[in-house]
Amino acid sequence: MASVETMRTPTAGDNSVQAFDVERVRADFPVLQQSVHGKPLTYLDSGASAQKPKAVLEAMDEVYRTCYANVHRGAYYFSQHLTDRYESVRTKVAGLLNAASDQEIVFTRNVTEAINLVAHSFGNSLSAGDEVIISEMEHHANIVPWQLLRDRVGINLKVVPIADDGSFRLDAYESMLGPRTRLVAITHTSNVLGTVTPMKEIIRLAHKAGALVLVDGAQAVVHSKVDVRDLDADFYAFTGHKLYGPTAIGALYAKAELLKEMPPFLGGGDMIRSVSFAETTYADPPHRFEAGTPPIVEAIGLGAAIDYVNGIGMEAISAHEAGLLAYATERLSAVEGLTIYGRAKEKAAIVSFTLDGIHPHDIGTIVDREGVAIRVGHHCAQPLMERFCVPATARASMGLYNTTDDIDVLVRALEKVKELFG
Amino acid sequence: MDDLLRDLYQEVILDHGKHPRNLRHPEGANRQARGYNPLCGDQVTIYLVEDEDGRIADVAFEGKGCAISMASASMMTEVLRGKTEAEARRLFDDFHRLCTEDGFTLDQAYAEDREALERLQVLSGVRAFPVRVKCATLAWHAMTAALDGEGQATTE
Ligand SMILES: Cc1ncc(COP(=O)(O)O)c(C=O)c1O
Repeated sequence: MASVETMRTPTAGDNSVQAFDVERVRADFPVLQQSVHGKPLTYLDSGASAQKPKAVLEAMDEVYRTCYANVHRGAYYFSQHLTDRYESVRTKVAGLLNAASDQEIVFTRNVTEAINLVAHSFGNSLSAGDEVIISEMEHHANIVPWQLLRDRVGINLKVVPIADDGSFRLDAYESMLGPRTRLVAITHTSNVLGTVTPMKEIIRLAHKAGALVLVDGAQAVVHSKVDVRDLDADFYAFTGHKLYGPTAIGALYAKAELLKEMPPFLGGGDMIRSVSFAETTYADPPHRFEAGTPPIVEAIGLGAAIDYVNGIGMEAISAHEAGLLAYATERLSAVEGLTIYGRAKEKAAIVSFTLDGIHPHDIGTIVDREGVAIRVGHHCAQPLMERFCVPATARASMGLYNTTDDIDVLVRALEKVKELFG
Repeated sequence: MDDLLRDLYQEVILDHGKHPRNLRHPEGANRQARGYNPLCGDQVTIYLVEDEDGRIADVAFEGKGCAISMASASMMTEVLRGKTEAEARRLFDDFHRLCTEDGFTLDQAYAEDREALERLQVLSGVRAFPVRVKCATLAWHAMTAALDGEGQATTE
């Protein structure tokens, strides 16, 4: 039985930049060999969801074929075996985020569920008049759960404005922190603007004001090394499908002392110590927050994805993507009539743009005919669209398998859009 | 440039998209509804002026959206004038078929709709682009919501 752990060994951190070979990486992703409308696929939508390497597909397939069983229940071999492997992924996630202990990692379906978990299990302890601070560039996943909390307990929701170049306004943020601030929930990297927020400073200031911080790391963990202890984050959420892993698996990191005090989110099997009709006692964290049969095989797939990314090296990936971002910014800026949204100094490989007089939806349809997959629309960030007075944008988001050729194909496709619209 | 795209973005559509007709808020509008496409955030508001006989005396719209939804709204305002509610609804049925049914031809439509459908036929290119059918029908959904007195229509 091939074990996931031995499939790839990490390369040494220091020389991994030179070792990065994008053609070899591309060969690991079967979807990238596909054609669309008779054109080779140019996939520039990893920000929405990333493609999966063979290592992930094979790890999941192998479980279903050779050792599938439910976890945490059986006294028999396969159940025990798979429970061990499932739990070992918790350790890998802890490693990915540099958490102090794997007991600080709660598996969730995705970022959305992780944030909802915090909004309930922590949020319900807040009182009317307490304040939660978010920012103008949040994904709906980090807006709506707080609005629901506002409706439940009467918190005040405050929104930090962003600057015209898409950067986070620390000055405005600092002036919003106050004695009633209980939680700050901010994205680590904007899925639309690419902005990397000054999270360490955001957290330092929040802590000074006595507030906790939840970080939406959906876009951050895929582009750079994250260290929750260096950040001193209280909660950190991410989603597996953007990290080259399967859908329906994500995780919430939370400091052990916080998890210990938090009541369950969902109730059911797996999250209890004992149940009677008179009284039920709950399991310790993290299992207290994992009701029901978890996405077992998806977790194994996430473990394989983390191994895959570690095998290449996050520093190497970041360096590769920084090159792509610089190239894409330069090439796209040269397209007449094209406006880029988000020009913060600290930025991940995400470029949102519009073309004068042409709606993003039309851009999306036309470039699709050239095999180019980009996201068009409001990117689940309607307040941000309003902030920039656009109904929608087109967005190219890059991953470890993209090349400068992909950008060239996109630019040529955009020229066709302009040609068609005359 | 491929033929499907040329079909979708015909000159007439691009022209209506760039210079929509009846893009205004008419005086005396007695029915209106907002159409919203959650997928792309496009929205149009349709205004109808119905006279005492229940005929659409004027129809106009306001909104922002892609070339297809703007062109469709614009062209709709041109073909609805003078129609009764029932006629307007029936025309939408035929138009919907035009946008979705492969092999749908004008002789399958109600005889009274054929003249209007001939003009709307340039929009049938959306058939090859199923996700864009909602763009082509957004204004029409809003128009029916206005007739129903509902105020709001979404394409979901
Ligand atoms: C910044 C950000 N937050 C949250 C999410 C939600 O992720 P999921 O749908 O996996 O919960 C996304 C992805 O769409 C995102 O980009």
